[in-house]
Amino acid sequence: MGRYILHRTGAAIATLIAASIIIFAFIHLIPGDPVYVMLGDGATPDQVAALRQRLGLDEPVIAQYFIWAGNALQGDLGQSVFFDTPVTQVIAEGAETSILLALITMVWIVGFGIPVGVLAAVRQGRWIDQGLSGLAMLLASVPTFWVGLYLILIFAAGLGWFPSSGYPSIFEEGGLSNLRYLVLPSLALAAPNAALILRLTRASMLDVSREDYVRTARAKGIRPSRVVVRHILRNALLAVVSAFGFTFAALISEAVVTETVFALPGVGRTVVQSILRRDYPVIQGVILIIVCLYLVINLLVDLSYRLLDPRVELE
Amino acid sequence: MIETIRSSTRLIAARPLVAIGAAFLTLIVTFAVFAPWIAPFGPDAIDPVNRLLPPGGGHLMGTDHFGRDTFSRVVYGSRLALLIGVGVVVFALGTGVPIGVLSALYPKLGRVLMRMVDVLMSFPSLLLALGLIVILGQGVFNAILAIGLIYLTTTARIVYGVALRLRAEPYVEAARSMGAGTWWVVTRHILPNMISPLMVQASFVFAFAQLGAAALDFLGLGAPPDVPSWGNMLAESRIYITRASWLLLWPGLMIVLTAFSLNLVGDWLRDRMDPRFREMVGK
Amino acid sequence: MTGAHTTDPILSVNDLVVAVAGRIKIVRGVSFDIAPGEILGLVGESGCGKSMTSLAAMGLLPPAIGVTKGRILLGGTDITRLAPHERVERGCGRIAMIFQEPMTSLNPVLRIGDQIEEAIRVHDPDVVPAVRARELLDMVRIPDAAHQLSAFPHELSGGMRQRVMIAIALACRPSVLIADEPTTALDVTVQRQVLGLIRELCDTLDMGVLFITHDLGVVAQLADRVAVMYAGGLVETGDVVPLFAAPLHPYTAGLMGCLPDPDSDDPLLATIPGSAPRPDEVGDGCPFAPRCPRVADICRRGAVPVRHTDTGQAVRCHFPLNGEAST
Repeated sequence: MGRYILHRTGAAIATLIAASIIIFAFIHLIPGDPVYVMLGDGATPDQVAALRQRLGLDEPVIAQYFIWAGNALQGDLGQSVFFDTPVTQVIAEGAETSILLALITMVWIVGFGIPVGVLAAVRQGRWIDQGLSGLAMLLASVPTFWVGLYLILIFAAGLGWFPSSGYPSIFEEGGLSNLRYLVLPSLALAAPNAALILRLTRASMLDVSREDYVRTARAKGIRPSRVVVRHILRNALLAVVSAFGFTFAALISEAVVTETVFALPGVGRTVVQSILRRDYPVIQGVILIIVCLYLVINLLVDLSYRLLDPRVELE
Repeated sequence: MIETIRSSTRLIAARPLVAIGAAFLTLIVTFAVFAPWIAPFGPDAIDPVNRLLPPGGGHLMGTDHFGRDTFSRVVYGSRLALLIGVGVVVFALGTGVPIGVLSALYPKLGRVLMRMVDVLMSFPSLLLALGLIVILGQGVFNAILAIGLIYLTTTARIVYGVALRLRAEPYVEAARSMGAGTWWVVTRHILPNMISPLMVQASFVFAFAQLGAAALDFLGLGAPPDVPSWGNMLAESRIYITRASWLLLWPGLMIVLTAFSLNLVGDWLRDRMDPRFREMVGK
Repeated sequence: MTGAHTTDPILSVNDLVVAVAGRIKIVRGVSFDIAPGEILGLVGESGCGKSMTSLAAMGLLPPAIGVTKGRILLGGTDITRLAPHERVERGCGRIAMIFQEPMTSLNPVLRIGDQIEEAIRVHDPDVVPAVRARELLDMVRIPDAAHQLSAFPHELSGGMRQRVMIAIALACRPSVLIADEPTTALDVTVQRQVLGLIRELCDTLDMGVLFITHDLGVVAQLADRVAVMYAGGLVETGDVVPLFAAPLHPYTAGLMGCLPDPDSDDPLLATIPGSAPRPDEVGDGCPFAPRCPRVADICRRGAVPVRHTDTGQAVRCHFPLNGEAST
């Protein structure tokens, strides 16, 4: 196990290094002088020189990368050009919203996608399966922001059950009840991903139910519900678990849009606004953090998969 | 012709949803080709008097905040939807297939290329597209490249997997041992066997390109605002949705039904595929 | 179509018909009895319906395949169309099965002990599962039972896994054990050990065993009686010694012609010309008629009656080979 973790961590670090080079190169691939792009045409030569120096653009490119990467390793992702505060601070401000949004969304995805997928598989071919499978494919074909806008239209503007936008921290006035601000966004974000997990759970349940060992279990005379839970679902979930890394990446992509729809002060909206503001250090910082997070989650998914499946060699 | 009719009847009977999906896609293509004849108004014809009209009367789907006819814009929007879809599929398959095949044929090169694909895949897809938009600037063509880059990676992965497996097939091994050249193996054995996985992949890529393009439009980073794309229509209507909810309905429905139809067709194609490759495509 | 018996049969299958989607018959009117302590070898080519017969008896037919006619009696109780858990609920669950593929027939993510104990809890609620599981592993001659109970299936060899499968079957305290080609996937030496184990358990536990195989060599070695199946129906039954000495049905004889004869110098083995019909191609007459060397017009018309001999054999043929094959 130790060797395996070491090996996988090594591979993840290699990927991270390559990704960091791409993220670093990003600022140099933008046409024109990034300093002028960031400051606009009205910038004075002094301002330009100051920003150029602050971003370290006077150094040779390779030296710049090592300075940037070295600082990042020490937790310094540079300064935001727009806010004039450290990038880490800008990210930290959005972190609470984004993390809570992701967690609540995961609750929907797991709590809806897996049980309903099981139901569809158990009733394979009946109308309820066809209905649910059709619904899942429909949901997977719906843009998140469109679902979000309709949720606002119906449940916020129409029925007034939930707020339509913004999110005050749970540490401020209102406490945990502020989580109601995240109900509609998390539902919009969960829709396509829960649909994916539903489809995956169903397909994987059906695959497993054709296995010889399921027949063995039935032959023992144990109850059909127990066969489903202990023998089919347990093995089917292995495939579902291995898809969670992919789900996480999809969540991040769609969170960017969802946070914009609901005007949530999260990291996703920060990315979009930083693009519109040409605040490149923030874009670089956020993407670097997200890639790190993605690699860590994939690593954890991989390891938990290996713990759940005894067939995989643990050396 | 008769054969076509016969096979379509069979499809309608066996998979009615797929048939409906195919019919809807035909409608979109018809809209795109004959837009000037189908649309009662020009897509940009402004009519300040008739702003935010509900559906009915002379405006089948109502009008927007400039008094433009929603139905006409929806019809013209099909053109952009098809352009984006075809563009992304051509780019993703045009780059992903050679990368995947070369990687399978030349293991050393493959290790490097697939490693690079892995690195690109460690970026969440929309962020990858947004990054490219920042570098290239906004525009329809750049949106195609940005979304295409996402599906370059998945296509290359799938093609690599399928090609590796095909290369190990006994008949391909036999052809190679009898001195068949690489080019011959690729054109005679690998590419022909790859057609059905690629068709499946193409329909899924086409479907998700619609969603990706809509998201870019919505963020204001896709097609320029004056282009009548379904995503732009949704983005513009956002602040009017409580007063004019039909502006949200029609373009959104077009995106959903286009993507849904393509997913249905893709699923149907996958069910007809060689089971050995089925698990590899379309996640 | 049964031989003479001194004891009452423990498993009795009467005129069993199994069909796909209710129409295409894949088992057509099969009848046989098995007595306690007796091994009946059910022989036939792959696709002849022998596995479906056994799955029907177990109540494990795949979806869309069902019993459309006939009765299956276990110790006098009708168990036709009952799934295993339904038999348990009605207190008649004493029939168990082991399968062809020991590699895939055990759940890969559960420990051996858990998989055995699961069956013990269902059929033997009064015993301590862990103790009984160890006892069962001893019975199937798995060394170091305590340690093996916590092993995962992939940590065991094919032969060991098949022993575990037998232990799971025995956990059901079966009066009838169905073994569907249990040794086909094993090495020859391991095969011999597993067959020995089945014979021994059959004798000591006084179980009836339905042993399904395409391997006549295995049948000759193991079975007490033989039933030969072709295209969904039985063509010949009888005690193993007389049947092997003098097969009556041309198909049985043909099968034996396919057996390598150690005394013969002829390297070329005899084969039956043609191939078995698909289930939807079988008509009213003898299904073997198109391939039969002794075929006559009557064979193609109407059902063929069963003939009995004084050696206890029964054959469904107009022109049986009375004694010819032994000369």
